[in-house]
Amino acid sequence: MTGSDISRFAWTALRGYPTRTLLMLIATAIGVAAVIVLTSLGEGARRYVTDEFSSLGTNLLIVFPGRSETAGFNPTTMMGETPRDLTLDDALALTRSYSVRRIAPLNVGAADISWRNRQREVTVIGTTHEMLAIRHWELAQGDFLPATDLDLATPVCVIGGRIRSKLFGARRALGQWLRIGDRRFRVIGVMASEGRSIGVDVQETVMIPVASAQQLFNTPSLFRILVEARSRDAIQPVKRFIVDTLKARHQGEKDVTVVTQDAVLATFDRIFSALTYAVGGIAAISLMVAGILIMNVMLVAVSQRTAEIGLLKALGAAPRQIVTLIIAEAFLLSLLGATLGLLLGQATSAGIRQAFPVLPAQAPVWAVVTAVLVALTTGVLFSLLPARRAARLDPVLALSRR
Amino acid sequence: MTMIDLRGVRRDFLVGDQTVHALDDINLNIAAGEYVSIMGPSGSGKSTLLNLVGLLDRPNSGHYLLDGEDVTTLSDVQQAHTRNRRIGFVFQAFHLVPRLTAAENVELPLVLAAMAPQERRRRVATALQALNLSDRARHKPEQLSGGQRQRIAIARATITEPDVLLADEPTGNLDHKSGGDVIDTLEALNRRGITLIVVTHDAELGARAGRRILMCDGRIEADARTGTA
Repeated sequence: MTGSDISRFAWTALRGYPTRTLLMLIATAIGVAAVIVLTSLGEGARRYVTDEFSSLGTNLLIVFPGRSETAGFNPTTMMGETPRDLTLDDALALTRSYSVRRIAPLNVGAADISWRNRQREVTVIGTTHEMLAIRHWELAQGDFLPATDLDLATPVCVIGGRIRSKLFGARRALGQWLRIGDRRFRVIGVMASEGRSIGVDVQETVMIPVASAQQLFNTPSLFRILVEARSRDAIQPVKRFIVDTLKARHQGEKDVTVVTQDAVLATFDRIFSALTYAVGGIAAISLMVAGILIMNVMLVAVSQRTAEIGLLKALGAAPRQIVTLIIAEAFLLSLLGATLGLLLGQATSAGIRQAFPVLPAQAPVWAVVTAVLVALTTGVLFSLLPARRAARLDPVLALSRR
Repeated sequence: MTMIDLRGVRRDFLVGDQTVHALDDINLNIAAGEYVSIMGPSGSGKSTLLNLVGLLDRPNSGHYLLDGEDVTTLSDVQQAHTRNRRIGFVFQAFHLVPRLTAAENVELPLVLAAMAPQERRRRVATALQALNLSDRARHKPEQLSGGQRQRIAIARATITEPDVLLADEPTGNLDHKSGGDVIDTLEALNRRGITLIVVTHDAELGARAGRRILMCDGRIEADARTGTA
């Protein structure tokens, strides 16, 4: 038999039992679609997190007080016990390298703010003029914190868009005196509505000069220092420079942790890739189930078509040809099912992207290829048993059954 | 010239714990172009004999020579090939593939033999025309009468131009008139040289053959010829 004869015969066999064929197609299609949709969700989550971290800034290094034994990023570096504080002088010392483009010391605390009779508790960030450029933030109105000496506690503040609307409503916010804790600050700017990133919702924060924040929270220490390297290649030299400088300033003890954005990114990348593989694997199990269904159905098909197989033998079909025909039928079934599932899965992913634009749900190529290949191989593998059974069928018995 | 030569052929079946001798030391010669009917009561072994001749079954002992070649020792693949090229089957239950058209059913043995599509179609058209079934080519078996179905089955059995045509109760499922059509078709083929072996219960049909074999309990009871053999 030629290839086209085999596929035509398999095709007529599938068309001859439409209900059975349809159900099998659905089973395979759901399996393939599940792999594609789940991996696209995992991939979407990964890219979402990666994008969020990239939006922290470019060529960024983050300096934490405290030391972790192993280099890199782990949850304890986030909490950071503090043996020796980072100070404004430390931050200033970090500017003394050509490879450092800009730095922004960071102080964070919660405080009550009030204007006239309206009150609200918000996150207050103490930082500097450079922060705007480092984080690629944008202003809706006014100016950002002025570029003054770090230790100058100017009584000005920049507020998030939501705070502006909650506190001032339709009134003009710029120039108003806002009470933060027990001090008064003049509003000089309002943040633009975009600019959301991990951990901090800019809309819900008030930013004041770092020295003011130290006074407000009554602490000489800093929460973080953000350092922007001049280029990607400069990141590692800058990291060494930071460690060496701070070590020299802290009596020779390395009590800070420097995390590069790349390291953070790589960690999240690994976590989410593992997650994607895991959900992909789980979905692949449904494909195996579909494979077993195919085996069942092909077994039924063989016993349903006993007479036909006997006839083929009487007409001179060799055992090999019978095996080929049955496998071709299962292969065609899996191929159609996989194609259907591919379309279904990609359409669902596209639907998810439409519905949630922040989640770039796009199945990775490896997942699509694997899903289709697994569908095809299970289809063929699980039809081997029914095919062998058909080939061994005794034609005399097969034909005598009416 | 001897075409089918059975020598000491036995075929036993195990039914429960009892061995049944379906064929008990059969010796039989059939020459090319003969018209043979095999008759006998149910269980006399006539269908088993036909299956053996058609290479659908293998004997427990003895030899089967087809044109002088021992075919009992052939492999499954070689036997399948021989069935395809040299033997045609006609069954009582027709055994047409229900989802294929009449023409596609006739084409099936040629498809299995991997013949080129144009050649196949030409042969099928000729065969259907010879049986006056050209207008039924695109019909499914369920749209055909019993007589038409059996004649399609005959066209399928003879499409590879085999030497032997084996018919197992070819008229068993048919009324008298269509049964007559089918017999006419078979006998016309025999007159053109094909060796025809018919297994039947029907005494009237059996009597038409030039050579009549009567079987009982796995043995040949009688072997009668009329006219010149």
